[in-house]
Amino acid sequence: MIDRDELLHVARLARLALHEDELDSTAAELSTILEHVAAIKELDLDDVEPTAHIGDVSDSLRDDSVATSLPVEVALAPAPAVRDDGFLVPSPQGE
Amino acid sequence: MTEVDLEPVIGLEIHVQLRTATKMFCGCALGFGEPPNTRTCPVCLGLPGALPVANAEAIHYGLMIGMALESTLASVSTFHRKNYFYPDLPKGYQISQFDLPLCSGGRLGEVNIHRVHLEEDAAKLNHAGASGRIEGADSSIVDFNRGGTPLAEIVTEPELRSAEQAGEWLRLLRTTLRTLGVSDVNMEEGSLRCDANISLRPVGSEQLGTKTELKNMNSFRFIERGIRAEVERQRALIEAGESVTQETLHFDPKSESITSLRSKEEAHDYRYFPEPDLPPIVITEAMLERAKAALPELPQAREQRYIEHLSLSPESARLFAWRAELAEYFDSVCASAESLKPQIAANWVTELQGRLGDQEAEDSKVSPAALSQLASLVEASTITQGSAKQILDELVANGGEPSEIVAAQGLEAVGGADELAPIVAAALEANPELTARLREGDMKPIGVIIGEVMKETRGRADGKEVTALVREQLGLS
Amino acid sequence: MSDEIQSLSAVAAVAAIADGGLSREEIFAHYRSRAGADELNAFTWVAEQAPAQIEGPLGGVPVAVKDLFCTEGIPSQAGSKILAGYRPPYTATAVANLEAAGAPLLGKTNQDEFAMGSSNENSAYGPVLNPWDKTRVPGGSSGGSAAAVAGGLAPWALGTDTGGSIRQPASLCGVVGLKPTYGAVSRYGMIAFASSLDSAGPLTRDVSDAALFYRHLVGKDSADATSVAFPESIEIPTAERLDGITLAVPTALVDGDGVEPGVRASFEASLETARQLGATVTSCEIPSAAHALSAYYVIAPAEASSNLSRFDGVRYGLRRDESNLDAMYTETRHDGFGDEVKRRILIGTYALSSGYYDAYYGRAQRVRTVVAKELAEVFAGADFIVTPTSPTVAFGLGARTADPLSMYLSDLFTIPMSLAGTPAISIPSGLSEGLPVGLQICGPAFSENRILSAAYALEQAIGFNGSAAWGAKR
Ligand SMILES: [Zn+2]
Repeated sequence: MIDRDELLHVARLARLALHEDELDSTAAELSTILEHVAAIKELDLDDVEPTAHIGDVSDSLRDDSVATSLPVEVALAPAPAVRDDGFLVPSPQGE
Repeated sequence: MTEVDLEPVIGLEIHVQLRTATKMFCGCALGFGEPPNTRTCPVCLGLPGALPVANAEAIHYGLMIGMALESTLASVSTFHRKNYFYPDLPKGYQISQFDLPLCSGGRLGEVNIHRVHLEEDAAKLNHAGASGRIEGADSSIVDFNRGGTPLAEIVTEPELRSAEQAGEWLRLLRTTLRTLGVSDVNMEEGSLRCDANISLRPVGSEQLGTKTELKNMNSFRFIERGIRAEVERQRALIEAGESVTQETLHFDPKSESITSLRSKEEAHDYRYFPEPDLPPIVITEAMLERAKAALPELPQAREQRYIEHLSLSPESARLFAWRAELAEYFDSVCASAESLKPQIAANWVTELQGRLGDQEAEDSKVSPAALSQLASLVEASTITQGSAKQILDELVANGGEPSEIVAAQGLEAVGGADELAPIVAAALEANPELTARLREGDMKPIGVIIGEVMKETRGRADGKEVTALVREQLGLS
Repeated sequence: MSDEIQSLSAVAAVAAIADGGLSREEIFAHYRSRAGADELNAFTWVAEQAPAQIEGPLGGVPVAVKDLFCTEGIPSQAGSKILAGYRPPYTATAVANLEAAGAPLLGKTNQDEFAMGSSNENSAYGPVLNPWDKTRVPGGSSGGSAAAVAGGLAPWALGTDTGGSIRQPASLCGVVGLKPTYGAVSRYGMIAFASSLDSAGPLTRDVSDAALFYRHLVGKDSADATSVAFPESIEIPTAERLDGITLAVPTALVDGDGVEPGVRASFEASLETARQLGATVTSCEIPSAAHALSAYYVIAPAEASSNLSRFDGVRYGLRRDESNLDAMYTETRHDGFGDEVKRRILIGTYALSSGYYDAYYGRAQRVRTVVAKELAEVFAGADFIVTPTSPTVAFGLGARTADPLSMYLSDLFTIPMSLAGTPAISIPSGLSEGLPVGLQICGPAFSENRILSAAYALEQAIGFNGSAAWGAKR
């Protein structure tokens, strides 16, 4: 149902490394699950509206008033790597 | 190879940072050059458990933009998640809009608007070079101050046909947004950013060619130059029988070269889905009324007013109305000398702008009061048009008061028969041959006589007056 | 004294503290000591001492909080290696509400990683053991919270429920678990699994405790755009009868193959008890219930795949392989997430990806509409839907880990209410082979007071005694 190439594509989108020894078992597990959930593909749902949110919320907006920001040292405290008060990361390629 | 006329098809995507007090989905104040990462909170850092709440003022600004662009405003608008990974995107998705944008359709000037939607800005990624921490790897530093700033993305239909038209239209849009007061619209600072979708097609064809996307050009000049360069690049490809590749491009204004932005072009799959953390936004009557009440006079209304109430020429009216800064400068010039006819003031503002190039009049050394004084001196015949232009050069270069320059350099016009008549008589006397032709009714040599008089008066004479004196002295009627 | 404290329900403890018969310090020290001696692996962190200033109607009775909730300066790891040692700079609204009402934090409880699981075996911090039988699972994902209350290590606990994660462990551990109406309790600071389904609620020793706890949990939160004000105050239930109440049983679902005989017997006995209390028991249909499970296992992973994208090694948590950005992303997430989380990220990414969205995510959302409509139709003719909470009693550790799908089927009875956003409670209905069985009572949105009232009446009549698990060794 989901083959290695598809699995690798999806893993790429999810930025999830899959090592060679994980590929076949993962593809098999996902296929089992997908086969089960695929039952919904057979339902006639053409006249049914999708539900993205449950319940009615009318007052969901926020006033444009300033709240206190975090001190920089608090913001950076959990970071794996920091430099010059910023979060240090390997540069994206092609930049 | 047969020559086919190719026409450019250009659409613009403009990102405008909204000038709200706080970010799109959290209460952090917007950042303006503060030290890095001092404008962050759990929401805009994408900390586990944090949730977005949409800023009502950003929605309000979005509605104002939609009204100014004559868009259809949504009655219910929803946010979606646009999923992709990048270090400047803390949640791994950008909250944007997808199938129910705040504004659909619309028109500004002669260009139709496709849509306007709201989203959050990315953080800033600063290149840090090779790092000690990350061994051997090139590294970057992320500053989240900008992350989460409200953005309105305005997308035009692909209806622009030249780089110049794109630049001119973008100025109108900028003026409109500036007039609305919803953004600083400063391209250098990034509060207005423009991408262009460009393709070529044979004139008369309805079908669109393969388009490229030219990214993030940060000044009007670069936009025009970038589009021109890309149009030429595509034209050369097509004329050489090659095909245009759909890709994202970067224009380097220094070298005027265009480079592909992504080394390995990866198929994007943003997996848009409705943002479950944000319920649909119902646009109420009260919200619409508030936005409507907040609308100021917009450029096209201003253009009409200039023509109808100030009797400006259509050219002047449009020039000013489409450039808010120039219009404001013009208004100041008029205000500082009420007796000055608006069109005269307009002519002098145009004259000044011609000398300034890319610089805005308000940023020049010429104050509106100085310009109105200069114009008034000409109107009162205290100085000649020619002297005034010399003085304007002086003002542009060094600033100052026109009346003081006139006094210091003795530029008062030489006027009246008493002063000017002997000089005219001397010029006629010195050129007997030309004087004879003039006497016979051949007026061509008059220019030479005027020139002589101007030389003698250092340009302080009025050409019309000189002509009248020549006629008088030679007995011509 | 210790046995006396242990024997008090939270409501009774609050009363004792108010009377002066018990001090805040005593009750905190008692549970601090029991939680510190945790043999169930229910806690991942235990407080050294109560915060100095705890005042309020909850009287200082301490609360165990699922590790999915952010607590300022205190490890909040969501059962995941990717958050090992992570201490957030802020506290979740639900926890802050409880603290403000006078319930200090006793400790953080173990859970399935990012709330994904029904057995608590998907925790990077080890499985939680069921206090009724330590060879069995406590259920999940709020297994630590359920086991802590059932084992007498905490007076009450905060959990979360996305597809059954409060109700199912409550059932397997013999405690009360309430999944609220969606939006009634703020999600701010609760690490997101599936945002449109996630809810936070109490796991308690009895129904009255659940009501008192829940009273201080609900409320509109300006930091959660999906939160709503609860339309009435939550009352401590007193009803002893069920006269005039109609209970609807989705017969086709309950008679299905997967329901253990002991569970069915206990359920039948509960229905009989309800009749004796004056209730009418009818049969109803939820035709799309089976599809609800499928829809859930599309929607929840889809939202989770997006919610978990923020764990990228940039701002917090684990980081692996800094040789380049892509390697950092992919290896950090490979090493930081457990197998079940990775499975769901992949399923969810697939379901949202170009070409599959309509067939999976789009359809699942439509199934959601159908399920909500079917439940509403039942509620038009009945006060409550009742089912067993779980088709089985607690199963053995490792019994289902090899087969993710069989694990998913544990949620068959709890998922329809999650999709519809409606409230449901699980109360102990008895024992089967010495292990607790749960009864689920579900009502329409914002019917929590009525659900608590009916649950209380049944609880009194059933007379379940959970104290057997406080020191059980098997
Ligand atoms: Zn913020």
